[in-house]
Amino acid sequence: MAKVKLTIDGREIEAEQGSTVLEAARQAGIDIPTLCYHPAVGPSGACRVCVVEVERAKTLVASCVYPVAEGLVVKTNSARVRNARKTVVELLISTHPQDCLCCDRNGRCELQALANRLGIRTERFRAQKPQREPDASSVSIYRDQNKCVLCGRCVTMCRDIQGVGAISFAYRGQRTLISPSFEHGVGEVECVNCGQCTKVCPVGAIVEKDETGAVWDALDNPGLTVVVQVAPAVRAALGEEFGMAPGTSVTGKLVRALHMLGFDAVFDTQFSADLTIMEEGHEFLSRLKSGGKLPLLTSCSPGWIKYCETFHPEFLDNISTCKSPQQMMGAVIKSYYAKAKGLKPENIFSVSVMPCTAKKYEARRPEMRASGVQDVDAVLTTRELAKMIRMAGIDFANLEDDDFDSPLGESSGAGTIFGVTGGVMEAALRSVYEIVTKKPLADLEFTQVRGFEGVREAEIAMGSTRVKVAIVHGLGNAGRFLAGLRPGDSPYHFVEVMACPGGCIMGGGQPLSLEQDVAEKRASVLYQEDRNKAVRKSHENIAVRRLYDEFLGKPGSELAHKLLHTTYGERARARVEEARRQAVIGAAGA
Amino acid sequence: MPTATCRCGETIVDDRWEKLDEIIEKHRAKQGALIPILHEAQELFGCLSEDVQLKVAHALGISPAEVYGVATFYSFFTLKPRGKHKIAVCLGTACYVRGASELVRALKEELGVEVNGTTKDGRFTLEVVRCLGACGLAPVMMIGDNVYGRVKPEKIPEILKEYQ
Repeated sequence: MAKVKLTIDGREIEAEQGSTVLEAARQAGIDIPTLCYHPAVGPSGACRVCVVEVERAKTLVASCVYPVAEGLVVKTNSARVRNARKTVVELLISTHPQDCLCCDRNGRCELQALANRLGIRTERFRAQKPQREPDASSVSIYRDQNKCVLCGRCVTMCRDIQGVGAISFAYRGQRTLISPSFEHGVGEVECVNCGQCTKVCPVGAIVEKDETGAVWDALDNPGLTVVVQVAPAVRAALGEEFGMAPGTSVTGKLVRALHMLGFDAVFDTQFSADLTIMEEGHEFLSRLKSGGKLPLLTSCSPGWIKYCETFHPEFLDNISTCKSPQQMMGAVIKSYYAKAKGLKPENIFSVSVMPCTAKKYEARRPEMRASGVQDVDAVLTTRELAKMIRMAGIDFANLEDDDFDSPLGESSGAGTIFGVTGGVMEAALRSVYEIVTKKPLADLEFTQVRGFEGVREAEIAMGSTRVKVAIVHGLGNAGRFLAGLRPGDSPYHFVEVMACPGGCIMGGGQPLSLEQDVAEKRASVLYQEDRNKAVRKSHENIAVRRLYDEFLGKPGSELAHKLLHTTYGERARARVEEARRQAVIGAAGA
Repeated sequence: MPTATCRCGETIVDDRWEKLDEIIEKHRAKQGALIPILHEAQELFGCLSEDVQLKVAHALGISPAEVYGVATFYSFFTLKPRGKHKIAVCLGTACYVRGASELVRALKEELGVEVNGTTKDGRFTLEVVRCLGACGLAPVMMIGDNVYGRVKPEKIPEILKEYQ
């Protein structure tokens, strides 16, 4: 890349041609404030908080979209710049609700931080915006339009990165708002519940649907046995909520904290990840042998499932019938565990802690009642669990380690890596390889399926069979990938799809960070834990074997199907045909 | 083609959806097809209902939210059925100082509707606009494609009679 020289605040700086003034300044350690700009969604130049003075330019320019050029002279901290930024933020605040104390984002709101940074101490303007009812229609996310600053990050994330487009700008001028189609609730349109919008919202306008209240109530109810399961990705990120550096593993502290909160048993979703590999591996091999529908598409990510049901129903037969690890665990808790403990399913309150907002929706799917009642009663995101830990006054960073409870707390390293893109595939390959070749795997680490490229491919020789696999993460990537495939005619045998870019470690329920280096650090936690495990292959998990011996029989058995498998259905995106018919009948009636 | 039977026994045939398909096909290949399609769809149906917008969104492979965004952004588009004749009173500076607000008042009274309202008989919709570009004729209003200049409020009933 060619370099150009420019001067920022009197310092001569070298920057890459094609980069922006904002990027050049930040690289040089000059932090220009921003609001609508987010590294993961790119610049839009909408908010004007990042304005700077460029010599010979007529007006102040938005540094997030202003390209560097040879000889450019930039001032980022002149009185004119400071005044302009301050006025911009004062105007944004003028219609913003003044309820920071009661806001989910209190203390980590970017608007609040900006007001503080720019030294805003009086409310210079106050204007009334027509107030709108918050949108509580989704089981996963909660939108409060009154707090929206119209930065557009959620729109870009949903439309361009996730390829869903459930929300968009509507109206114009003072009436502008961000809205699902026809101002329906976001739970009534084609939102897939991935929650990536909650991670880019700079304020409290889009947050996860809070379930902490229901969990506290259950914990306080002496008539209920309250059990909890924790997904792998949670332990790779929860520490960040307590000031620990990204990449800090907090598995032991997490288990300790859950015991302290009063959960009767703390189980590991990695156990049911191993179980998933048993069932999905069995399904894959039987499809391979009997000429069943290939490629097999993974089914762990409920956002991806809903996306496929909505946008690509032609691939529904390709999706593994296996439930996700959350739902397998839910079904096992209220059947196998309930039986072992002599409990009725309805007296167990089953909680899961997930890096995911779509899991809240998955738990409430009508198919997810294998035990006769809802298998998973409440789903907390990593962020919600952090709230509960703080509320309970637990000094998380200084906790002693603790172990998961048996029998559903034992897991292999294969279950651990489920939390990162490529992990499910790697876990499956470890088991499938050994089952096909009947030989122990020399090198467990399939590094060719690791990494953060949006779509990755690999070919693995298993005896005489060459298995071609692909890994896709981010729904935009998934959409493009599927567009290039035909359901019955594909070079791939097995494809892992995760809704969120980066996989679960970067899920919609995780601590708010979308930076690539954070993704890599969180991934390294899981890969390290895998390396430290005595058992690293799902089919060698003793507790899973015991579950089959004592209860399920073998993978793919009738009981396994009843408890651990599910079905999918096309979701109508268009009500057009039906609406046409009714419109005509309506016209006739009138 | 969707049909239904009226209470009077007559069969009603609605071929507008087929026509919409044709409109979409005509524009589909062009860049920025959405706006001309919405334009003609509104002409065809009288307004852009949810179903029309959904149909256009799916046909073009863009999200319904985005279509709704465009339909609500431009004041030309309307989501609700409008009257047969659109009355647009200019409230630009020149018309305003020459008493356009009196015209609006008289029209409201005569028609029994508020601004952006449609009369019960579906004949008129009252709108206000900013500058029709005929400031020399202020105050100006348009009914459909007809321009009326130097309008006096007391002339309103007479003008409206032309459209009865």
